[in-house]
Amino acid sequence: MATELLTQYLPIVVFLGLAVGMAVLMIAASYLVGKQNPYGEKDSAYECGFPPFGDARAKFDVRFYLVSILFIIFDLEIAFLFPWAVSLGKIGVFGFWSMVTFLGVLTVGFIYEWRKGALDWE
Amino acid sequence: MTAFDFHDMIVALPEVKLAAMSLALLLLAVVSKKENYRLVAWLAVAVLAVTGALVACGTHGTAFGDMFVSDAFSTYMKLVVVTGSAASLIMATRYLEHEKASRIEYPVLILFATLGMMLMISANSLISLYMGLELQSLPLYVLAAIRRDSVRSTEAGLKYFVLGALSSGLFLYGASLVYGFTGSVDFTQMAGILQGHASTLPGIVTGMVLVLAALAFKISAVPFHMWAPDVYEGAPTPVTAFFAIAPKVAAIALLTRVLTGPFWGMMQEWQQVIVVISMASMLLGGVAAVAQTNIKRLLAYSSIGHMGYALVGLAAASAAGVQAVIVYMTIYAVMSAGAFAVVLMMKKDGRMVEDISDLAGLGKAQPLLAFAMSVLMFSMAGIPPLAGFFGKLFVFQAAVAEGLYTLALVGVLTSVVAAFYYIRIVKVMYFDEPKKAGFDATEDRGLKFVLALSTFAVMFFIVMPAPVLASAHAAALALIP
Amino acid sequence: MIEAIFFYLFSAILVLSALMVITAKNPVHAVLFLILAFFNAAALFVMLGAEFIAMTLVIVYVGAVAVLFLFVVMMLDINFAALRKGMKKHLPVGGAVGLLLLGELLWIYKSWTPSMFAEQSAASPMPEGVTNTHALGQVLYTQYLYPFETAGLILLVAMIGAITLTLRRRGDVRRQNVSDQVARNPKDVIKVVKVASGAGVEL
Repeated sequence: MATELLTQYLPIVVFLGLAVGMAVLMIAASYLVGKQNPYGEKDSAYECGFPPFGDARAKFDVRFYLVSILFIIFDLEIAFLFPWAVSLGKIGVFGFWSMVTFLGVLTVGFIYEWRKGALDWE
Repeated sequence: MTAFDFHDMIVALPEVKLAAMSLALLLLAVVSKKENYRLVAWLAVAVLAVTGALVACGTHGTAFGDMFVSDAFSTYMKLVVVTGSAASLIMATRYLEHEKASRIEYPVLILFATLGMMLMISANSLISLYMGLELQSLPLYVLAAIRRDSVRSTEAGLKYFVLGALSSGLFLYGASLVYGFTGSVDFTQMAGILQGHASTLPGIVTGMVLVLAALAFKISAVPFHMWAPDVYEGAPTPVTAFFAIAPKVAAIALLTRVLTGPFWGMMQEWQQVIVVISMASMLLGGVAAVAQTNIKRLLAYSSIGHMGYALVGLAAASAAGVQAVIVYMTIYAVMSAGAFAVVLMMKKDGRMVEDISDLAGLGKAQPLLAFAMSVLMFSMAGIPPLAGFFGKLFVFQAAVAEGLYTLALVGVLTSVVAAFYYIRIVKVMYFDEPKKAGFDATEDRGLKFVLALSTFAVMFFIVMPAPVLASAHAAALALIP
Repeated sequence: MIEAIFFYLFSAILVLSALMVITAKNPVHAVLFLILAFFNAAALFVMLGAEFIAMTLVIVYVGAVAVLFLFVVMMLDINFAALRKGMKKHLPVGGAVGLLLLGELLWIYKSWTPSMFAEQSAASPMPEGVTNTHALGQVLYTQYLYPFETAGLILLVAMIGAITLTLRRRGDVRRQNVSDQVARNPKDVIKVVKVASGAGVEL
């Protein structure tokens, strides 16, 4: 069974091989073909003519984090929907309503975050 | 199970209703025009009362393909947990308003945590155990950090979260080892498979020990106790009170069910582990608390010690031992609720204080409050005829009956050491010269109610212990016939 | 044979990239290696026949979790050099614990024997003739209804927790109020005035 399943993945393996090959080829080619003459000035970061100061990292608003966490939660919900969708014919009404309950719970959460204003961008 | 079974819903009715009511409460709280914290908090107490009633007259049996079990043990423990949650919610309401931390999420999260604890107590498979454990832990992490502008509160939340995640990892690791060996996650099946030929295999023993370690973390037994003092001190006091009451009872219940259920056949192995953990907790709880000046930290160490005593009963691995554990946890929950009610009343000039030295002179300034606190402290120290004495007596009796003399001896000796710091609090209240005696008079009737009830129960347990002992006996027989 | 080659290829990359995650100097590189590790773990899952888990790993972990990590390490103002300072001091103890755990694992591996009941009592044996995702779908929503709905509640609690801990309403921002806009009646706010030429308008 395993081999049969794995042969279905052959195109992906070929694709992966091609991608890796191409990437290696391009990097190798630019390394071999291009002229290289590095010096300190050329390697330093260019920032409008004056020397760069400080780290690029800075404290950022926690709202970005909130949005991505909410995204992950709904992403997980989607992950539960896939097997449900393919086997809905087998699991019948019971399976249907069990998913509706699950979605209902998350809809309560959705209403909560909507009313709280977590989805607004100020 | 391919069709919906209505019987499942009846067996799990308290949980299903609690989930539905919590969702409804959340909706109500956010859909209304202005967020009304007080209304939500009291409705949450009402929800817990309804849940408690449903638990009390619930149906026994298994549900959801044996993943969920309801028996005399689960009924009893759930009642303790639900009552504890309700009490901590009543104690929290005014305090949070005063500290400007009253948010509608607070009662809702307490409800979901309580639901998680009920699922833990009723777990009858590794999967449902883990789901309950997570549903309980996740709200607790948030509650610890709910005062997000306070550095100490966020620190407490973060510490609790990181170590809690670690213990979840340990649990999953152990559970997968156990599943790998037995091929089953169902407690009943596991018990059958592990009966007899488990002890020779290191894999299953390692798995069991990892599961034990994760659960020991949840009850903050030594050596998995490091988080407790910091979290207890940093979290807002009502949250600490909640942590000390309900989750501990639920986690001990879960530990008891796991050890007497699926791992019953490995009694030889887990008994050693429990004996060591229990001794270490009693020792640390007795010794480390002596040097504390902060009352919340002191209660954290005291709770570590109490877990050690409760585990003495579990180490006995007998019906009498389990009964002793149940009785001990009940008394512990009552005493903790009272002690934290006093801590919540410690307010001077409108500001909350947490130092033991702030209690000085209370005996003269507020004799009634000082008396209640003394009763609770004497009971925690295990001085007869208060309830705490009987809790200790029963666990030691159970241990001696099974021949665990060393354990019982260590228990008695550490309670003598621990008595020192409990009585020191009484001494501070009555004999120390205060800088400024007494606290602001509290108008919080909920707080007074909880304190009065718990002091009363602790004092008069000796008069009428029969109801508690009888139901604890029935509960223990449900696990070990 | 070919399967073995691929297995060793994927697991070698997995182990090496996992090693890089914890040793890389630059935290951004560490997260990128983590993504590589996730991909290789997914490939291993495919080789085991667990396609659904493999795809979930790619969608959820690579698509969301790792991106969030990357986001956090790129944007947060954390001094990673300072965090790393304790490394030398704690390495002996941490390393000893790690080695101990590894030793235990090897010991378990050496003496591992599943019970004779394991095969017959397997919680949900893989049904023949359906794909992995179908097989999951057939038990997850019916037989495992209880943990499934609990998972929904846990996700809800996560949502409440994230909002409780991070949501702040800023007072200094003017917000759009859709219902106010819709409810606005032109009669109340517009005045049509006939202006005679040469005369002014009184507002």
